[in-house]
Amino acid sequence: MDIHEYQAKEVLSNFGVTVPPGALAYSPEQAAYRARELGGDRWIVKAQVHAGGRGKAGGVKLCNSEAEIYEATENLFGKKLVTHQTGPEGKGIYRVYVEGAVPIAREIYLGFVLDRSSQRVMIVASSEGGMEIEEISAERPESIVRSTVEPAVGLQDFQAREIAFALGIEPAMTQQMVRTLKGCYQAFSELDATMVEINPLVVTSDNRVIALDAKMTFDDNALFRHPQIAELRDKSQEDPREARAADRGLSYVGLEGNIGCIVNGAGLAMATMDTIKLAGGEPANFLDIGGGATPERVAKAFRLVMSDSNVQAVLVNIFAGINRCDWVAEGVVQALKEVQVDVPVVVRLAGTNVEEGQKILAQSGLPLIRATSLMEAAERAVGAWKNDLDQNTRVRAVK
Amino acid sequence: MSILLDRESKVIVQGITGKIARFHTKDMIEYGTNVVGGVVPGKGGETVEGVPVFNTVKEAVEATGANASLVFVPPPFAADSIMEAADAGINYCVCITDGIPAQDMIRVKRYMYRYPKDKRMILTGPNCAGTISPGKALLGIMPGHIYLPGTVGIIGRSGTLGYEAAAQLKELGLGVSTSVGIGGDPINGSSFKDILEWFEKDPETEVIAMIGEIGGPQEAEAADYIKNHVTKPVVAYVAGLTAPKGRTMGHAGAIISAFGESASEKVEILSAAGVTVAENPAVIGETIASVMKKNAA
Repeated sequence: MDIHEYQAKEVLSNFGVTVPPGALAYSPEQAAYRARELGGDRWIVKAQVHAGGRGKAGGVKLCNSEAEIYEATENLFGKKLVTHQTGPEGKGIYRVYVEGAVPIAREIYLGFVLDRSSQRVMIVASSEGGMEIEEISAERPESIVRSTVEPAVGLQDFQAREIAFALGIEPAMTQQMVRTLKGCYQAFSELDATMVEINPLVVTSDNRVIALDAKMTFDDNALFRHPQIAELRDKSQEDPREARAADRGLSYVGLEGNIGCIVNGAGLAMATMDTIKLAGGEPANFLDIGGGATPERVAKAFRLVMSDSNVQAVLVNIFAGINRCDWVAEGVVQALKEVQVDVPVVVRLAGTNVEEGQKILAQSGLPLIRATSLMEAAERAVGAWKNDLDQNTRVRAVK
Repeated sequence: MSILLDRESKVIVQGITGKIARFHTKDMIEYGTNVVGGVVPGKGGETVEGVPVFNTVKEAVEATGANASLVFVPPPFAADSIMEAADAGINYCVCITDGIPAQDMIRVKRYMYRYPKDKRMILTGPNCAGTISPGKALLGIMPGHIYLPGTVGIIGRSGTLGYEAAAQLKELGLGVSTSVGIGGDPINGSSFKDILEWFEKDPETEVIAMIGEIGGPQEAEAADYIKNHVTKPVVAYVAGLTAPKGRTMGHAGAIISAFGESASEKVEILSAAGVTVAENPAVIGETIASVMKKNAA
């Protein structure tokens, strides 16, 4: 789960990380008022969306007066911000964060990630702050400092000092840097984060170490033990279909194509998408309905897939193990009686009791297209979409 | 022979009193697995599917001589159960549980390192379908009948995609020495490389099939290991060619977040290491069959 910059800054400041004075606003009036409250004569107005690259996309404005703040906020509000991380549809701006500007002397990149090779938390830092880490690793790889944390004892002072010196932090500020690094690690480990990124972490001309930006991602599997973090979820930043799916215990990712997929198991779901592509089509979604393909889950899955107006054919691919094919077939039949599906549906069942399952599908009287192998299923789905399938299968016209 | 699991394995089920665990315990016993007990704190003395339940893994090991364990415990408590098994002297543990916090798994891995390598428990999973040595024993939730006994060693991150591969092999009359699910989580007990090492040493395994997916460094690490240490032919399939970058595809670990983690990059890395890559999931069985034919010639 992602949270907003202002939320991440509040979390991190509770762990001893210094952040600039700032305040949240839900309207241009409020933004201008917040600036007055904060004082000073230069402010930054920052669109709060769950994505990086906001600066380049025009979501961060430097303002020198309350009037400028009002105008900048008015221009941002309600708009969709499109950055390299949001996809073409962008993310809606419903909150802005107003911050007092700080005098920047240098910018540092600081990231904490779960490193899957060492199976530990890894700190990634670079003296080239302000650039995206992908750019840094492509253009200035020698500037990157890495350090992994021994989980039994946590981040030690000497490691934090090593990083500070490697980044060329002046000795007078080493202690501030150590406090920042240890604060981030503590927040990461105590709150079950999977990513903390401060880009940039700045050294100011008056010798302070300040987190100018902050991004945090949390482990969905651990939210049960951090209710105060779970509360920070902002559904306006999520794809509505994906959010609805997650609420129903289904794992869904919307894509650009037009062949809807309903599959049990994440690996098989990806493999099914790949096969559709190979057969000349484009998958409309990833959808894993989980191990037990109960009729309720299948019905939910159909509703979800059909809520995407791009879907012009549906491919159901279930490998039934313990949950036998006959039972899954009954579920599919029941779901199709419940849910209005006006595009061709291809069903491929495999595994336990496959013959009985096929029989149930055949006798259902529903205009289903059956397939035996994975490749055949994909080809038939693509064929049905292209509407050049044998008329005998009683496929309804593609909408 | 087979790896990790055979007829001699004495199995306990942690969390045996749960509904799903009971169901699969029955299934495993019917398959021929030597299930000797279960563990649920506070339920010691009960009996499930004809086997005794103990309060602790240590008691179960003392009373039954158990050396393998299946963890069927809910996510908040699963890491604790794995560590309990490791401490009680279990040799091989499969964890089925999906949804264990990543940092719990980091702690589990760190905890296991306190034992010297020869006494360290082998863990596969979490978030996997289990391990099967066809015709001998089943430690997991997979449908046993789709696996024929044979000489193909399977390692996979995904449950149902692994079934798909096994079913394709069965269709071609080919069997499996052992199939090991390593699971879909970002931090897992054993990697492809760890299991490749076992299959390389197993005289019964003729060819090794790796079923990977997007996300994480383990396929690339396996490629490196294969190049230098594996003499047996290896076939691979990597799911997720159409998966977008930066999105989690069902499995917590199936997310492309760095270079080398996309399906096409993994295919390239594996091919360069001499692995035969099945181009699509529909031909995993055929590809294995043709490699076996070539190997026999």
